[in-house]
Amino acid sequence: MSRIQTAFQKGKAFIAFVTGGDPDLETTEQLIYAMEEAGADLIEIGIPFSDPIAEGAVIQEANERALSSGCTTDTLFDLIAKVRQKVKVPLVFLTYINPIYTYGKDRFMSKCKESGIDGIIIPDLPYEEKDELEPDCLRYGIDLITLIAPTSNERIKMIAKDAKGFIYCVSSLGVTGVRSEINTDVDSMISLVREVTTTPCAVGFGISTPDQAAKFAKASDGAIVGSAIVKIIAQHGKDSLSYVSDYVKAMKEAVRNA
Amino acid sequence: MKKGRFGQYGGQYIPETLMNAVQEVEKAYDYYKNDAQFNMELEDLYKNYAGRPSRLYYANKMTADLGGAKIYLKREDLNHTGSHKINNVLGQVLLAKKMGKTRVIAETGAGQHGVATATAAALMGLTCEVFMGKEDTDRQALNVFRMELLGAKVHPVTSGTMTLKDAVNETMREWTKRVDDTLYVLGSVMGPHPFPTIVRDFQKIISKEIKEQILEAEGRLPDAIIACVGGGSNAMGAFYEFIEDPSVRLIGCEAAGLGINTPKNAATIANGSEGIFHGMKSIFCQDEYGQIAPVYSISAGLDYPGIGPEHAMLYETGRASYVPVTDEEAVKAFEYLSRTEGIIPAIESAHAIAYATKLAPTLKKDAIIVINVSGRGDKDVAAIARYRGVNIYE
Repeated sequence: MSRIQTAFQKGKAFIAFVTGGDPDLETTEQLIYAMEEAGADLIEIGIPFSDPIAEGAVIQEANERALSSGCTTDTLFDLIAKVRQKVKVPLVFLTYINPIYTYGKDRFMSKCKESGIDGIIIPDLPYEEKDELEPDCLRYGIDLITLIAPTSNERIKMIAKDAKGFIYCVSSLGVTGVRSEINTDVDSMISLVREVTTTPCAVGFGISTPDQAAKFAKASDGAIVGSAIVKIIAQHGKDSLSYVSDYVKAMKEAVRNA
Repeated sequence: MKKGRFGQYGGQYIPETLMNAVQEVEKAYDYYKNDAQFNMELEDLYKNYAGRPSRLYYANKMTADLGGAKIYLKREDLNHTGSHKINNVLGQVLLAKKMGKTRVIAETGAGQHGVATATAAALMGLTCEVFMGKEDTDRQALNVFRMELLGAKVHPVTSGTMTLKDAVNETMREWTKRVDDTLYVLGSVMGPHPFPTIVRDFQKIISKEIKEQILEAEGRLPDAIIACVGGGSNAMGAFYEFIEDPSVRLIGCEAAGLGINTPKNAATIANGSEGIFHGMKSIFCQDEYGQIAPVYSISAGLDYPGIGPEHAMLYETGRASYVPVTDEEAVKAFEYLSRTEGIIPAIESAHAIAYATKLAPTLKKDAIIVINVSGRGDKDVAAIARYRGVNIYE
């Protein structure tokens, strides 16, 4: 059983996101340890990209900080290889298709395998273009995690049928970022998914409070939180470990009891 | 060829949230492009509103001065709103209306596409919002005011490099927030399928007219067509009907800014490499890790780090060639055409004129060059003055 599947075996999952290299790689490393310790079941690490079109201002700014701190795909691979020695939870990259394509798809995936990355999320690689990367992912046993959105409608079953790892269910229209209210009918999205697959389904985009996390974890197999964590890092920089840790603990608690 | 591909280029690399919206546009376009009523309305708009056909003007003095090939200017600058952008926008906004959309959004660099979109939206009664890099709102302040006069809301974009590519990012983000009632009216032959095809189809009227007009004037096809290239919509429009005519050289002029060996340029073909960005596989200015380069050009309209996928294919197959033209060369050509022919071209178009002044003298006197004057230069006068060290009020 893959590490990603295992992460969803122990009940509802809490999935935490950080941008790699924000504010620097050393802090990213410590944050990964701290988040696992605090109960994160899966950790997403963003490979910074100059033009993250699916992200709101919070994560875009984190990308800019990371890039100006000198973080590159290579330095991030080195960090993952190091972190993987100590960390048991699945590690998943989130990035855009261009950094992978430009790096060389085969080279990228082989480095993922080598350094211990379990899956990859690419917001600008929809179902219709998955052939771009899927063969490389399969060759190296990296799960290509797909997204479904509130606008997916009849596309949901088609996408879910082929899904690997877990399905990233986008809770609302627009880009990533904290929202005070999310009105999407996530229940019906998930029930369409359930009709065709047993692949776990986690909900993200806009979630920041324990109540929201509990609500969406209840409807699915887990909650994904990015911008809210990145905001704490933006505020406290190198000193954000204990703040992030406390936050993840509270969120995991909410999700566990969902 | 696979749907939405030009050779290996093109595709639909966009967030899942937009996939239904893009497929809806594709379906609607496939229907309306063959709809007699739609085509009649568009033709009427071209003729009675935009002022088409645009003139093909024989540049007698320029020809004599350069002492080589005969030079013709395709006068897209004479269109309503002052550029070729109106061709595409009338088509797309009409399509939006037929689709039942009530709101259009657009990105703009120099402001010409924004002005055209605001114009068509005003005409057809749709709400319009335009995203424009903060830096561009400063250097093209008059066009911002024009858009506002036309009833559009202009959003200055402060993320990233605050220029055209960031305006595209923000417009895509905005579209993911509101897909039901909104169409993203793309400004060039770029973005996810079907936009590169739609925009090309609405712009190909330029080459269709050039062909008819040059056959009437000279009884034969031209030897070269020269057009400036940012995303590449005016060039694609000017090239398209000649792609199957191998005797016609197709030449795109890209912005070399301070020079292709400096970090300050936007010469995608000269300096770029294959990548996937803004919904398409194409050629982009980027670093070894795929980070999109912060490009530069004196012309806001060419200040884009990529090129449309059909151009990438024309380049790869050798059907078209692409040459870099610096700021300095473009400014000189801007002044040259103004003085020689009494036509003030857009600084974008001046890139094509600059290359023509180099090419024409090397050709025989019976050779024919057509330059696509994609827009008029009113918007650039103050910028050219500043470039020459003169501070004038806009």
